[in-house]
Amino acid sequence: MQPDKIFSLLKLKFSQATQEGSCGAVVIPRERLLDVAKYLISSELSFDNLHCITAVDRQERIELVYIFFSLQARHNLTVKVYLTPDDLKVESLASFWKSADWFEREIYDLFGVTFRNHPNLRRILNPEDWKDHPLRKNFSRSDFIKKERY
Amino acid sequence: MAITEKIPASGLIEKLPGGGVFLTTTENIFKWAKVSSLWPLTFGLACCAIEMIAAGASRFDIDRFGSGVFRASPRQCDVLILAGTVSVKMGNCIKRLYAQMPEPKYVIAMGNCAITGGIFCYDTYSVMKGTEELGIPVDVYIPGCPPRPESLFFGLMKLQEMIRKEKNAAR
Amino acid sequence: MELPVREEEKNIHSEECYMNMGPQHPSTHGVLHLELKLDGEVVVDSIVHIGYLHRSMEKIAENRTYTQFIPFTDRLDYVSAMNNNLGYCLAVEKLMNMDVPLRAKYIRVIAAELNRIASHLIAIGSFAQDLGALATPLFYCFRERELILDIFDEICGNRLTYNYMRIGGVQFDLPDGIDKKIQDFIKCMRSRIKEYIDLLSYNVIFLARTKDIGVLLKDKAVNYSVTGPNLRASGVRCDLRKDEPYLVYDKFQFDIPVADKGDVWDRYNIRIQEIEQSLRIIEQALAGLPEGNPTVKVGRIHKPPAGEVYLRTESPRGELGFYIVSDGSEYPYRLKIRAPSFSNLAVIPELIRGVKMADVVSILGSLDIVMGEIDR
Repeated sequence: MQPDKIFSLLKLKFSQATQEGSCGAVVIPRERLLDVAKYLISSELSFDNLHCITAVDRQERIELVYIFFSLQARHNLTVKVYLTPDDLKVESLASFWKSADWFEREIYDLFGVTFRNHPNLRRILNPEDWKDHPLRKNFSRSDFIKKERY
Repeated sequence: MAITEKIPASGLIEKLPGGGVFLTTTENIFKWAKVSSLWPLTFGLACCAIEMIAAGASRFDIDRFGSGVFRASPRQCDVLILAGTVSVKMGNCIKRLYAQMPEPKYVIAMGNCAITGGIFCYDTYSVMKGTEELGIPVDVYIPGCPPRPESLFFGLMKLQEMIRKEKNAAR
Repeated sequence: MELPVREEEKNIHSEECYMNMGPQHPSTHGVLHLELKLDGEVVVDSIVHIGYLHRSMEKIAENRTYTQFIPFTDRLDYVSAMNNNLGYCLAVEKLMNMDVPLRAKYIRVIAAELNRIASHLIAIGSFAQDLGALATPLFYCFRERELILDIFDEICGNRLTYNYMRIGGVQFDLPDGIDKKIQDFIKCMRSRIKEYIDLLSYNVIFLARTKDIGVLLKDKAVNYSVTGPNLRASGVRCDLRKDEPYLVYDKFQFDIPVADKGDVWDRYNIRIQEIEQSLRIIEQALAGLPEGNPTVKVGRIHKPPAGEVYLRTESPRGELGFYIVSDGSEYPYRLKIRAPSFSNLAVIPELIRGVKMADVVSILGSLDIVMGEIDR
């Protein structure tokens, strides 16, 4: 299925979905995330493979990027959710796709986004008693040596 | 016959002409035994571990140095070959492993990451800058990223030389 | 066979014990820490701890130019470094809308497939070693791997971390006489595969330790986003080289081995068959290698236009994905590496529930994980 057709199907069901300009990702508000997930996994779109979840720190907002693939229908979809830096909470998708479990733990570790209803939200890559979230742009520590740029 | 026979652990043990009698000290016998049977710990962390395994494989045979017996338990090892990047989470484990090894014990830091952090010394928040930051005493440093198995052997031979020159071998 | 429980045994107090497996362990393929809850020999539950090799590569990427980051991609999945280089360079080239010369594409395919064979050899050798065949399969596999590393040594100068691909092509052209060496290697490797199948695949002890153990069902594998040989062993026919061909894979003829049971033996057998298929691809690539430039002359500093890209390639362990966000400068704004072993490892707590301690080693070895790319 072509990306435009997927977006138009989503827009029919969820009117708040918009399309981001350059890359074709579908932006949905965070409150509808669970409904969109239910629709994606069970409908004819059959996105059975949640390939990757990642986050981008854009200073004024944090974007959560969900990348879906479908093994049967051979199409893909990128969904984005925008979060404001002072309210980093969103629902977890671990009940639909088990691969979301570890990806969300990693985002919690590196960015500080809390996922509600996650089965085991603990740090995964850094030691468990750490306090920082390193991949934020405002991260700094005394022993963090930066290399000079060109 | 006596002239062309190879003298074991040359320099430490003298062969009297005529064959059959060797002259040495007990210190030299101990040193020869120590040097020829340095058992490493199976402790590969990252990419250098693959070169360490290749050094143990059939082309570069580490068994001819007597070090082919990689033991899994630190209680049975002589040398800790620290191969790979040391991260903050792993630092405590390495200190505990080093403490569990019985004396006499030696440490070889293999690879740039184990010496000073290597290419991971800038812009990292989770890497210990090598054995300097870790705090365990190191005997031989082998630079390279990753060092070839021949470099590992050169480092091992340097360690053997160092042991041969030790003052007190019976510790 | 269940023995009848005697009356005295019904009142014996027994406890479950917690045991740490790793991070220093001879069979955990790197620094993996498994916390196991054991009832005698049987694993009741387990918790996986990773992060012992976390080298903050994604933070490093934000302060390096695109070309400066290529050596770091080598150190991700250090056993098959060419495939990581390839995935990264393809992603940046897609972001910049750059096309590479045809000769570079063929050379990239040859390098990537040779590295796939080398990686599968390590997987098979260390798997057999963990099962108790001690050093013999490992030495046989490393003997072949050294031949491949000799070829790579001639091509790019390094044995393990090649840093060979560049954005726009490859770093050096193939040296003279290398195609004869590669063809000799292919002939030699074909006879050696027969040796492995004769010695290992149908050995009674090997079968007893690998058949019907660690069965990964199809639905679970897809839900956990398992990819690569592990997914193909569970019955899903999915290979990016055929489904979404990149480089020149659509010009070659090769099969995708698929098994149906999903147990440990299937995962091992798929890797042996994939070595044969890779040999076919290399033969065809060598035969059709065109003349031309091995790289596009683009200089060392690249400034892709602002945007983002997600590109996945088929590495020996699964689907390796690179998500790059660019803001128009020479430095990436965000680089995310989707490692195949990360999702493959997440299946472990389900697979080892209820099996004996010895089978844990067998299952872990068959998944073929590399901690370098899990922890990044």
